Amino acid sequence: MATPTLDKVEAESAASPYITVTLRIRRFNPEVSDEAQWQDFRIEIDPKERVLDALHKVKWDIDGTLTFRRSCAHGICGSDAMRINGKNRLACKTLIKDVNPEKPITVEAIKGLTVLKDLVVDMDPFFQAYRDVMPFLITKGNEPTRERLQSPEDRERFDDTTKCILCAACTSSCPVFWNDGQYFGPAAIVNAHRFIFDSRDEGGEQRLEILNDRDGVWRCRTTFNCTDACPRGIEVTKAIQEVKRALITRRF
Amino acid sequence: MSTESSAAIGSVEGVSLYDVDNPAPVIEPPRKRTGKTPKGSRTNFEMYAWLFMRLSGIVLVVLVLGHLLIQLVLDGGVSKIGFAFVAGRWASPFWQLWDLGMLWLAMLHGANGLRTVINDYAERENTRFWLKMLLYTATVFTVLLGTLVIFTFDPNIR
Repeated sequence: MATPTLDKVEAESAASPYITVTLRIRRFNPEVSDEAQWQDFRIEIDPKERVLDALHKVKWDIDGTLTFRRSCAHGICGSDAMRINGKNRLACKTLIKDVNPEKPITVEAIKGLTVLKDLVVDMDPFFQAYRDVMPFLITKGNEPTRERLQSPEDRERFDDTTKCILCAACTSSCPVFWNDGQYFGPAAIVNAHRFIFDSRDEGGEQRLEILNDRDGVWRCRTTFNCTDACPRGIEVTKAIQEVKRALITRRF
Repeated sequence: MSTESSAAIGSVEGVSLYDVDNPAPVIEPPRKRTGKTPKGSRTNFEMYAWLFMRLSGIVLVVLVLGHLLIQLVLDGGVSKIGFAFVAGRWASPFWQLWDLGMLWLAMLHGANGLRTVINDYAERENTRFWLKMLLYTATVFTVLLGTLVIFTFDPNIR
Protein backbone atom coordinates (compact mmCIF):
# COMPACT_ATOMS: atom_id res chain seq x y z
CA MET A 1 0.00 0.00 0.00
CA ALA A 2 1.27 3.44 -0.86
CA THR A 3 1.88 5.77 2.02
CA PRO A 4 1.70 9.42 1.08
CA THR A 5 4.00 11.30 3.39
CA LEU A 6 1.75 14.27 3.83
CA ASP A 7 -1.24 12.20 4.90
CA LYS A 8 0.83 10.33 7.46
CA VAL A 9 2.17 13.51 9.05
CA GLU A 10 -1.32 14.93 9.24
CA ALA A 11 -2.74 11.78 10.81
CA GLU A 12 0.03 11.72 13.40
CA SER A 13 -0.40 15.31 14.45
CA ALA A 14 -4.14 14.81 14.63
CA ALA A 15 -3.92 11.84 16.99
CA SER A 16 -0.60 11.84 18.74
CA PRO A 17 -0.36 8.93 21.15
CA TYR A 18 1.97 10.84 23.43
CA ILE A 19 0.85 12.26 26.72
CA THR A 20 2.73 14.19 29.34
CA VAL A 21 3.44 12.14 32.43
CA THR A 22 4.97 13.23 35.70
CA LEU A 23 7.32 10.64 37.11
CA ARG A 24 7.94 11.20 40.82
CA ILE A 25 11.07 9.22 41.71
CA ARG A 26 12.54 8.76 45.16
CA ARG A 27 16.20 9.65 44.75
CA PHE A 28 18.97 8.71 47.15
CA ASN A 29 22.63 9.28 46.55
CA PRO A 30 24.91 8.80 49.55
CA GLU A 31 27.65 10.72 47.75
CA VAL A 32 25.50 13.84 47.76
CA SER A 33 23.15 13.66 50.71
CA ASP A 34 22.27 11.35 53.56
CA GLU A 35 18.57 11.78 52.91
CA ALA A 36 16.34 10.46 50.19
CA GLN A 37 13.97 12.84 48.46
CA TRP A 38 11.35 12.91 45.77
CA GLN A 39 12.16 14.38 42.38
CA ASP A 40 9.69 15.04 39.58
CA PHE A 41 10.40 14.44 35.91
CA ARG A 42 7.96 15.45 33.19
CA ILE A 43 8.20 13.35 30.05
CA GLU A 44 6.29 12.81 26.84
CA ILE A 45 5.39 9.17 26.50
CA ASP A 46 2.93 6.83 24.84
CA PRO A 47 0.66 5.51 27.61
CA LYS A 48 0.95 2.05 26.07
CA GLU A 49 4.63 2.02 26.96
CA ARG A 50 5.93 0.70 30.25
CA VAL A 51 7.21 2.41 33.36
CA LEU A 52 10.64 0.99 32.51
CA ASP A 53 10.52 2.89 29.19
CA ALA A 54 9.73 6.05 31.12
CA LEU A 55 12.71 5.42 33.41
CA HIS A 56 14.90 4.87 30.35
CA LYS A 57 13.68 8.17 28.88
CA VAL A 58 14.65 9.93 32.08
CA LYS A 59 18.04 8.26 32.31
CA TRP A 60 18.96 8.61 28.64
CA ASP A 61 17.52 12.05 27.90
CA ILE A 62 17.14 14.00 31.14
CA ASP A 63 19.26 12.81 34.05
CA GLY A 64 21.95 10.20 33.53
CA THR A 65 22.55 9.81 37.25
CA LEU A 66 19.23 8.04 37.77
CA THR A 67 20.17 4.53 38.90
CA PHE A 68 18.05 1.42 38.63
CA ARG A 69 18.49 -2.27 37.84
CA ARG A 70 17.16 -3.94 34.75
CA SER A 71 18.47 -6.74 32.59
CA CYS A 72 16.10 -8.52 30.25
CA ALA A 73 13.35 -5.90 30.42
CA HIS A 74 10.74 -8.54 29.68
CA GLY A 75 9.62 -9.76 33.09
CA ILE A 76 11.90 -12.78 33.40
CA CYS A 77 15.14 -11.71 35.06
CA GLY A 78 13.46 -10.11 38.07
CA SER A 79 15.86 -7.17 38.33
CA ASP A 80 13.49 -4.24 38.18
CA ALA A 81 11.06 -4.82 41.01
CA MET A 82 10.16 -1.42 42.42
CA ARG A 83 7.39 0.30 44.30
CA ILE A 84 5.21 2.01 41.69
CA ASN A 85 2.33 4.05 43.07
CA GLY A 86 2.87 2.38 46.43
CA LYS A 87 2.66 -1.15 45.10
CA ASN A 88 5.48 -3.56 44.31
CA ARG A 89 5.63 -4.30 40.60
CA LEU A 90 8.08 -5.01 37.82
CA ALA A 91 8.70 -1.77 35.93
CA CYS A 92 8.98 -3.80 32.73
CA LYS A 93 5.52 -5.33 33.13
CA THR A 94 3.64 -2.22 34.20
CA LEU A 95 2.07 -0.11 31.47
CA ILE A 96 1.86 3.65 31.98
CA LYS A 97 -1.87 3.62 31.24
CA ASP A 98 -2.47 1.16 34.08
CA VAL A 99 -0.95 3.31 36.82
CA ASN A 100 -3.16 6.40 36.46
CA PRO A 101 -0.91 8.68 34.35
CA GLU A 102 -3.13 11.75 35.02
CA LYS A 103 -1.52 11.98 38.43
CA PRO A 104 2.22 11.83 39.17
CA ILE A 105 3.46 8.23 39.08
CA THR A 106 5.56 7.55 42.16
CA VAL A 107 8.53 5.23 41.77
CA GLU A 108 10.66 4.19 44.71
CA ALA A 109 12.94 1.36 45.76
CA ILE A 110 11.37 -1.75 47.31
CA LYS A 111 11.05 -1.57 51.08
CA GLY A 112 12.81 -3.55 53.78
CA LEU A 113 16.19 -3.71 52.04
CA THR A 114 19.06 -1.23 52.27
CA VAL A 115 18.87 1.36 49.51
CA LEU A 116 22.29 1.76 47.90
CA LYS A 117 21.39 4.41 45.34
CA ASP A 118 18.07 5.62 43.92
CA LEU A 119 16.15 2.44 43.07
CA VAL A 120 18.99 -0.01 43.67
CA VAL A 121 18.80 -2.01 46.90
CA ASP A 122 21.17 -4.45 48.56
CA MET A 123 19.71 -7.85 47.67
CA ASP A 124 22.19 -9.88 49.76
CA PRO A 125 19.88 -10.47 52.78
CA PHE A 126 17.17 -11.56 50.37
CA PHE A 127 19.40 -14.08 48.60
CA GLN A 128 20.81 -15.29 51.88
CA ALA A 129 17.33 -16.23 53.04
CA TYR A 130 16.92 -17.99 49.69
CA ARG A 131 20.16 -19.93 50.13
CA ASP A 132 19.22 -20.89 53.68
CA VAL A 133 16.25 -22.98 52.54
CA MET A 134 18.55 -25.05 50.29
CA PRO A 135 16.89 -24.44 46.93
CA PHE A 136 18.46 -27.40 45.15
CA LEU A 137 17.62 -31.05 44.63
CA ILE A 138 18.65 -33.24 47.59
CA THR A 139 18.64 -37.00 47.08
CA LYS A 140 19.96 -40.07 48.81
CA GLY A 141 21.49 -43.19 47.33
CA ASN A 142 23.10 -43.73 43.97
CA GLU A 143 22.55 -41.45 41.06
CA PRO A 144 20.25 -43.05 38.49
CA THR A 145 21.67 -43.68 35.04
CA ARG A 146 18.72 -41.92 33.42
CA GLU A 147 16.39 -39.02 34.22
CA ARG A 148 14.50 -38.91 37.47
CA LEU A 149 11.01 -39.54 36.19
CA GLN A 150 7.92 -37.86 37.57
CA SER A 151 4.25 -38.18 36.77
CA PRO A 152 2.38 -35.12 35.44
CA GLU A 153 0.32 -35.08 38.64
CA ASP A 154 3.43 -34.99 40.81
CA ARG A 155 4.82 -32.17 38.70
CA GLU A 156 1.53 -30.30 38.95
CA ARG A 157 1.78 -30.34 42.76
CA PHE A 158 4.47 -27.64 42.86
CA ASP A 159 3.97 -26.10 39.42
CA ASP A 160 2.89 -22.72 40.78
CA THR A 161 6.04 -22.15 42.82
CA THR A 162 8.40 -23.01 39.95
CA LYS A 163 7.45 -19.71 38.33
CA CYS A 164 9.38 -17.58 40.85
CA ILE A 165 11.94 -15.20 39.31
CA LEU A 166 13.38 -13.99 42.65
CA CYS A 167 12.51 -10.36 42.03
CA ALA A 168 11.85 -9.78 45.78
CA ALA A 169 8.53 -8.05 45.09
CA CYS A 170 6.77 -10.38 47.54
CA THR A 171 9.35 -10.34 50.31
CA SER A 172 9.67 -6.56 50.22
CA SER A 173 5.89 -6.15 50.35
CA CYS A 174 5.62 -8.21 53.54
CA PRO A 175 4.96 -6.08 56.65
CA VAL A 176 6.67 -8.66 58.87
CA PHE A 177 9.80 -8.46 56.72
CA TRP A 178 9.76 -4.64 56.89
CA ASN A 179 9.99 -4.82 60.66
CA ASP A 180 12.20 -7.84 61.03
CA GLY A 181 14.63 -8.80 58.32
CA GLN A 182 15.33 -12.04 60.13
CA TYR A 183 12.05 -13.45 58.81
CA PHE A 184 12.75 -15.74 55.87
CA GLY A 185 10.16 -13.95 53.77
CA PRO A 186 7.69 -15.18 51.15
CA ALA A 187 10.22 -15.71 48.34
CA ALA A 188 12.40 -18.08 50.36
CA ILE A 189 9.34 -20.04 51.50
CA VAL A 190 8.03 -20.26 47.93
CA ASN A 191 11.33 -21.70 46.78
CA ALA A 192 11.38 -24.13 49.69
CA HIS A 193 7.84 -25.14 48.74
CA ARG A 194 9.03 -25.86 45.22
CA PHE A 195 11.35 -28.61 46.57
CA ILE A 196 9.37 -29.75 49.61
CA PHE A 197 6.52 -30.86 47.36
CA ASP A 198 8.74 -32.27 44.61
CA SER A 199 8.34 -36.05 44.59
CA ARG A 200 11.96 -36.49 43.42
CA ASP A 201 13.43 -34.54 46.31
CA GLU A 202 14.36 -36.11 49.65
CA GLY A 203 15.44 -33.04 51.61
CA GLY A 204 11.94 -31.90 52.47
CA GLU A 205 12.34 -32.79 56.12
CA GLN A 206 15.42 -30.57 56.49
CA ARG A 207 13.70 -27.62 54.81
CA LEU A 208 10.59 -28.04 56.94
CA GLU A 209 12.80 -28.06 60.02
CA ILE A 210 14.37 -24.76 58.96
CA LEU A 211 11.01 -23.14 58.27
CA ASN A 212 9.55 -24.47 61.53
CA ASP A 213 11.73 -22.10 63.50
CA ARG A 214 11.10 -18.69 65.02
CA ASP A 215 11.71 -16.82 61.78
CA GLY A 216 10.02 -19.38 59.57
CA VAL A 217 6.48 -19.80 58.30
CA TRP A 218 4.84 -19.18 61.67
CA ARG A 219 5.66 -15.49 61.42
CA CYS A 220 3.40 -15.19 58.38
CA ARG A 221 0.35 -13.08 59.21
CA THR A 222 -1.58 -14.01 56.03
CA THR A 223 -1.95 -10.43 54.87
CA PHE A 224 -1.79 -11.55 51.21
CA ASN A 225 0.52 -8.65 50.31
CA CYS A 226 2.87 -11.17 48.70
CA THR A 227 0.18 -12.74 46.53
CA ASP A 228 -0.93 -9.26 45.43
CA ALA A 229 2.63 -8.19 44.64
CA CYS A 230 3.83 -11.25 42.74
CA PRO A 231 4.35 -10.25 39.09
CA ARG A 232 4.22 -13.91 38.09
CA GLY A 233 0.83 -14.50 39.67
CA ILE A 234 2.10 -17.10 42.12
CA GLU A 235 -0.31 -17.73 44.97
CA VAL A 236 2.40 -17.03 47.51
CA THR A 237 0.27 -16.98 50.63
CA LYS A 238 -1.30 -20.27 49.61
CA ALA A 239 2.16 -21.79 49.24
CA ILE A 240 3.10 -20.58 52.72
CA GLN A 241 -0.09 -22.06 54.13
CA GLU A 242 0.68 -25.38 52.44
CA VAL A 243 4.07 -25.46 54.13
CA LYS A 244 2.34 -24.77 57.46
CA ARG A 245 -0.08 -27.61 56.81
CA ALA A 246 2.78 -29.95 55.91
CA LEU A 247 4.50 -29.04 59.19
CA ILE A 248 1.37 -29.74 61.22
CA THR A 249 0.43 -33.01 59.50
CA ARG A 250 4.04 -34.16 59.85
CA ARG A 251 3.75 -33.90 63.63
CA PHE A 252 0.29 -35.34 64.16
CA MET B 1 16.04 19.89 34.86
CA SER B 2 19.53 18.72 35.79
CA THR B 3 20.60 22.02 37.37
CA GLU B 4 17.34 22.17 39.24
CA SER B 5 17.80 18.66 40.59
CA SER B 6 21.35 19.12 41.78
CA ALA B 7 20.28 22.25 43.61
CA ALA B 8 17.47 20.34 45.21
CA ILE B 9 19.65 17.47 46.35
CA GLY B 10 22.62 19.52 47.58
CA SER B 11 22.40 21.09 50.99
CA VAL B 12 20.91 24.57 51.44
CA GLU B 13 24.31 26.21 52.09
CA GLY B 14 25.50 24.91 48.74
CA VAL B 15 28.19 22.77 50.34
CA SER B 16 27.43 19.08 50.68
CA LEU B 17 28.77 17.19 53.66
CA TYR B 18 29.23 14.11 51.55
CA ASP B 19 31.18 13.34 48.41
CA VAL B 20 32.51 10.37 46.46
CA ASP B 21 35.24 9.52 48.98
CA ASN B 22 33.08 10.26 51.98
CA PRO B 23 29.61 8.88 51.24
CA ALA B 24 26.70 9.20 53.63
CA PRO B 25 25.68 6.15 55.63
CA VAL B 26 23.00 4.12 53.86
CA ILE B 27 19.64 3.74 55.55
CA GLU B 28 19.44 0.19 56.83
CA PRO B 29 16.13 -1.54 57.57
CA PRO B 30 15.48 -2.72 61.14
CA ARG B 31 17.02 -6.04 62.20
CA LYS B 32 18.65 -6.71 58.86
CA ARG B 33 19.51 -10.32 58.17
CA THR B 34 22.99 -10.93 59.47
CA GLY B 35 25.80 -12.38 57.39
CA LYS B 36 25.41 -15.77 59.00
CA THR B 37 21.99 -17.17 59.77
CA PRO B 38 21.58 -17.83 63.49
CA LYS B 39 21.23 -21.46 64.45
CA GLY B 40 17.66 -22.57 64.88
CA SER B 41 16.18 -23.70 68.17
CA ARG B 42 14.82 -26.91 66.64
CA THR B 43 11.73 -26.90 68.82
CA ASN B 44 8.08 -26.91 67.83
CA PHE B 45 7.15 -24.04 70.11
CA GLU B 46 6.17 -21.63 67.34
CA MET B 47 4.03 -24.29 65.70
CA TYR B 48 2.21 -25.11 68.92
CA ALA B 49 1.72 -21.40 69.63
CA TRP B 50 0.22 -20.95 66.17
CA LEU B 51 -2.05 -23.97 66.57
CA PHE B 52 -3.09 -22.84 70.05
CA MET B 53 -4.21 -19.48 68.65
CA ARG B 54 -6.52 -21.19 66.14
CA LEU B 55 -7.97 -23.77 68.50
CA SER B 56 -8.39 -21.50 71.53
CA GLY B 57 -9.99 -18.93 69.22
CA ILE B 58 -12.69 -21.38 68.19
CA VAL B 59 -13.38 -22.43 71.78
CA LEU B 60 -13.37 -18.82 72.96
CA VAL B 61 -16.06 -17.87 70.46
CA VAL B 62 -18.41 -20.34 72.17
CA LEU B 63 -17.29 -19.53 75.72
CA VAL B 64 -17.31 -15.74 75.39
CA LEU B 65 -20.54 -15.47 73.40
CA GLY B 66 -22.24 -17.85 75.84
CA HIS B 67 -20.89 -15.83 78.74
CA LEU B 68 -22.12 -12.54 77.27
CA LEU B 69 -25.52 -14.07 76.50
CA ILE B 70 -26.00 -15.33 80.05
CA GLN B 71 -24.66 -12.21 81.73
CA LEU B 72 -26.17 -9.50 79.61
CA VAL B 73 -29.17 -10.77 77.65
CA LEU B 74 -31.04 -13.73 79.19
CA ASP B 75 -33.23 -13.53 82.26
CA GLY B 76 -33.34 -9.85 83.09
CA GLY B 77 -30.04 -8.86 81.50
CA VAL B 78 -27.28 -6.89 83.16
CA SER B 79 -29.46 -5.62 86.02
CA LYS B 80 -29.59 -9.05 87.67
CA ILE B 81 -25.81 -9.30 88.12
CA GLY B 82 -24.80 -9.00 91.73
CA PHE B 83 -22.84 -10.83 94.38
CA ALA B 84 -25.69 -13.30 94.82
CA PHE B 85 -25.88 -14.03 91.08
CA VAL B 86 -22.14 -14.78 90.87
CA ALA B 87 -22.25 -16.83 94.06
CA GLY B 88 -25.16 -18.84 92.71
CA ARG B 89 -23.42 -19.57 89.47
CA TRP B 90 -20.12 -20.54 91.01
CA ALA B 91 -21.88 -23.02 93.26
CA SER B 92 -21.99 -25.27 90.20
CA PRO B 93 -18.74 -26.93 89.05
CA PHE B 94 -19.91 -26.52 85.46
CA TRP B 95 -19.79 -22.73 85.59
CA GLN B 96 -16.58 -22.86 87.59
CA LEU B 97 -15.01 -24.87 84.78
CA TRP B 98 -16.56 -22.58 82.15
CA ASP B 99 -15.09 -19.48 83.75
CA LEU B 100 -11.78 -21.18 84.44
CA GLY B 101 -11.52 -22.26 80.80
CA MET B 102 -12.42 -18.80 79.63
CA LEU B 103 -9.87 -17.17 81.91
CA TRP B 104 -7.00 -19.42 80.89
CA LEU B 105 -7.75 -19.50 77.19
CA ALA B 106 -8.43 -15.77 76.90
CA MET B 107 -5.32 -14.80 78.88
CA LEU B 108 -3.00 -17.16 77.03
CA HIS B 109 -4.56 -16.27 73.67
CA GLY B 110 -4.16 -12.58 74.36
CA ALA B 111 -0.66 -12.98 75.78
CA ASN B 112 0.51 -14.95 72.78
CA GLY B 113 -1.01 -12.36 70.47
CA LEU B 114 0.85 -9.58 72.27
CA ARG B 115 4.05 -11.63 72.21
CA THR B 116 3.69 -11.77 68.44
CA VAL B 117 3.10 -8.02 68.26
CA ILE B 118 6.17 -7.36 70.42
CA ASN B 119 8.31 -9.71 68.33
CA ASP B 120 7.15 -7.95 65.18
CA TYR B 121 7.41 -4.34 66.26
CA ALA B 122 9.95 -3.96 69.08
CA GLU B 123 13.18 -3.49 67.17
CA ARG B 124 15.78 -3.40 69.94
CA GLU B 125 16.70 -6.65 71.64
CA ASN B 126 16.43 -5.10 75.12
CA THR B 127 13.06 -3.44 74.54
CA ARG B 128 11.71 -6.71 73.23
CA PHE B 129 13.01 -8.67 76.21
CA TRP B 130 11.61 -6.32 78.87
CA LEU B 131 8.26 -5.86 77.16
CA LYS B 132 7.89 -9.63 77.04
CA MET B 133 8.90 -9.99 80.69
CA LEU B 134 6.26 -7.40 81.62
CA LEU B 135 3.71 -9.26 79.53
CA TYR B 136 4.52 -12.66 81.06
CA THR B 137 4.43 -11.26 84.59
CA ALA B 138 1.04 -9.65 84.03
CA THR B 139 -0.31 -12.83 82.43
CA VAL B 140 0.89 -15.17 85.16
CA PHE B 141 -0.39 -12.81 87.86
CA THR B 142 -3.87 -12.48 86.33
CA VAL B 143 -4.23 -16.17 85.57
CA LEU B 144 -3.14 -17.26 89.06
CA LEU B 145 -5.23 -14.66 90.85
CA GLY B 146 -8.31 -15.54 88.77
CA THR B 147 -7.83 -19.27 89.33
CA LEU B 148 -7.41 -18.70 93.03
CA VAL B 149 -10.63 -16.69 93.22
CA ILE B 150 -12.65 -19.25 91.24
CA PHE B 151 -11.55 -22.15 93.47
CA THR B 152 -11.51 -20.47 96.87
CA PHE B 153 -14.62 -18.37 96.37
CA ASP B 154 -16.60 -18.15 99.61
CA PRO B 155 -20.27 -17.20 99.14
CA ASN B 156 -20.64 -16.47 102.87
CA ILE B 157 -17.88 -13.89 102.99
CA ARG B 158 -18.71 -10.85 105.09
